[in-house]
Amino acid sequence: MRETFTKGMARNIYYGGSVFFFLVFIGLTVDTVKRIPQTDNRENLTEEVIAGKRLWENNNCIGCHTLLGEGAYFAPELGNVYTRFGESTEAIKGFIMSRPADGIPGRRSMPQFNFSDQELEEIAQFLKYADGIKIARDWPPNIQG
Amino acid sequence: MKYESQSIAKPYFIAAIGLFVGQILFGVIMGLQYVIGDFLFPEIPFNVARMVHTNLLIVWLLFGFMGSAYFLVPEESERELYAPWLAKLMFWIFLVAGALTILGYLLVPYATLAEITMNDLLPTMGREFLEQPTITKIGIVIVALAFIFNIGMTILTGRKTVISLVLLTGLVGLAVFFLFSFYNPHNLVLDKYFWWFVVHLWVEGVWELIMASLLAYVLIKVTGVDREVIEKWLYIIIAMALISGIIGTGHHFFWIGAPGYWQWLGSIFSALEPIPFFIMTLFAFNVVNKRRRDHPNKAATLWALGTAVMAFLGAGVWGFLHTLAPVNFYTHGTQVTAAHGHMAFYGAYVMVVLTMISYSMPIMRGQKAANARAQVMEMWSFWLMTVSMVFITLFLTGAGILQVYLQRYSDEPLSFMATQDKIEIFYWMREGAGLIFLIGLIVYIISFFVKGEEVVLLEDRVKS
Repeated sequence: MRETFTKGMARNIYYGGSVFFFLVFIGLTVDTVKRIPQTDNRENLTEEVIAGKRLWENNNCIGCHTLLGEGAYFAPELGNVYTRFGESTEAIKGFIMSRPADGIPGRRSMPQFNFSDQELEEIAQFLKYADGIKIARDWPPNIQG
Repeated sequence: MKYESQSIAKPYFIAAIGLFVGQILFGVIMGLQYVIGDFLFPEIPFNVARMVHTNLLIVWLLFGFMGSAYFLVPEESERELYAPWLAKLMFWIFLVAGALTILGYLLVPYATLAEITMNDLLPTMGREFLEQPTITKIGIVIVALAFIFNIGMTILTGRKTVISLVLLTGLVGLAVFFLFSFYNPHNLVLDKYFWWFVVHLWVEGVWELIMASLLAYVLIKVTGVDREVIEKWLYIIIAMALISGIIGTGHHFFWIGAPGYWQWLGSIFSALEPIPFFIMTLFAFNVVNKRRRDHPNKAATLWALGTAVMAFLGAGVWGFLHTLAPVNFYTHGTQVTAAHGHMAFYGAYVMVVLTMISYSMPIMRGQKAANARAQVMEMWSFWLMTVSMVFITLFLTGAGILQVYLQRYSDEPLSFMATQDKIEIFYWMREGAGLIFLIGLIVYIISFFVKGEEVVLLEDRVKS
């Protein structure tokens, strides 16, 4: 390797390879952004859903839950919770509302966020929207998430 | 120490180690919350503990990278740092901003923190690892720019080596890709897609440049192997890192609503991602075997070799384990991911920073290497932390495989919480391993204060 493969060659592979694949990546990103309107459920991205996403973020829900498999692994997947709860936003709201403020002895429990009725509706609508995103192979594998 | 301004690294490293302790304490808390669900609830709910755990990791690694650069760059450039005062100023700004952010997480509910930092003006909070208030993110950008300016001017007006230029490329990439943290579209698919431009292109992209250059620097120092040889290795490693890692981002696009071709691209290219780590292992052992001197700092050599091996295992092997789309279909978002995350971060980035600290701290304290007793203690901490991290990873992998089976694979899938109850034993074992890790970290800190006879210099003893 010492004689035939020089430092200059290694350097050229580094520069050439990284620039080439970076450009390919940008190209693929442009293509992806063009294609995702077919899957991303943007037709249901209402003002209510946008407000729900803000609530999702401002309460750090991702710190316990996964959403489409990303986040923390302490609490259930929520990308399909709308389906799991029988396609009922009322069931989602009921669950969030009913969390005891001091938790459940010895068990994991979601905090009580004291959301208003309006906020509960927004967060439920956001989760319904997330459930409507078309995922490859219909991930997750089953309703349990 | 050849240049006075290298000593600016010292406060950076001390801060890094201090925050590291905080990170592990919160890790132990979270580990307990996994089995005693109401531990510290509602005062420190799991999401807060996790945010502190992961954000402290990021901040202390950034402190470590900056300290490493301040130590390495003057020596490589053969000149004093361009603006030492700026480096000192940025240290305090970053430390205060970091401390305030962590206190904010702990003292007020997250929603209140979002409100008082006016998140609605430019909403960036509440996304995994990017939980920092927008104002903190702006602070990070300012500190990073000042840091890169300082390092960049030092490199560009001094001797330019491959190591310092690769390091600079990695640091510039770190700053550039962080800018995507300010892009938070309402559209969840777009949000997730570009979120990975920070997270993946950091840890599976430009951070690898930083890591490889730091490792190459320490190996030159402790082995005395010819720079030409080391630089060639360095180019091969980073070439493979970027060739595999950039398109390899696609392994995060399988299940977020992105086009189906990412299943193929992501699987194929991320399957190549272990290669640079494997070459790094070959590289480290190769140059240590061919060493032209026996450096008195044995601990630093151990850390350097350990970094290469553990990065290959954690990032390479455990990454490959679940990176192919048909496998990831089942493992995505389970404890398998957590297992990989722990060993990859420890093996690659924690250990490379500890390697730099191990090599440079004694020099900044006026010795070529720590005394023999201190080094033995440091090596004990190496083994305690490394072996316990291997077990944390194995227990989480066991938990993950069972979770996949019970919740996603068997004919009668259980609910998430029912599954969690069934795999509790693994979480208890992980917590035990976590406590050993904490003990290892305490031993590590004690090793800095152990007194003993100074090591005898065995200057450049040529091996026959």
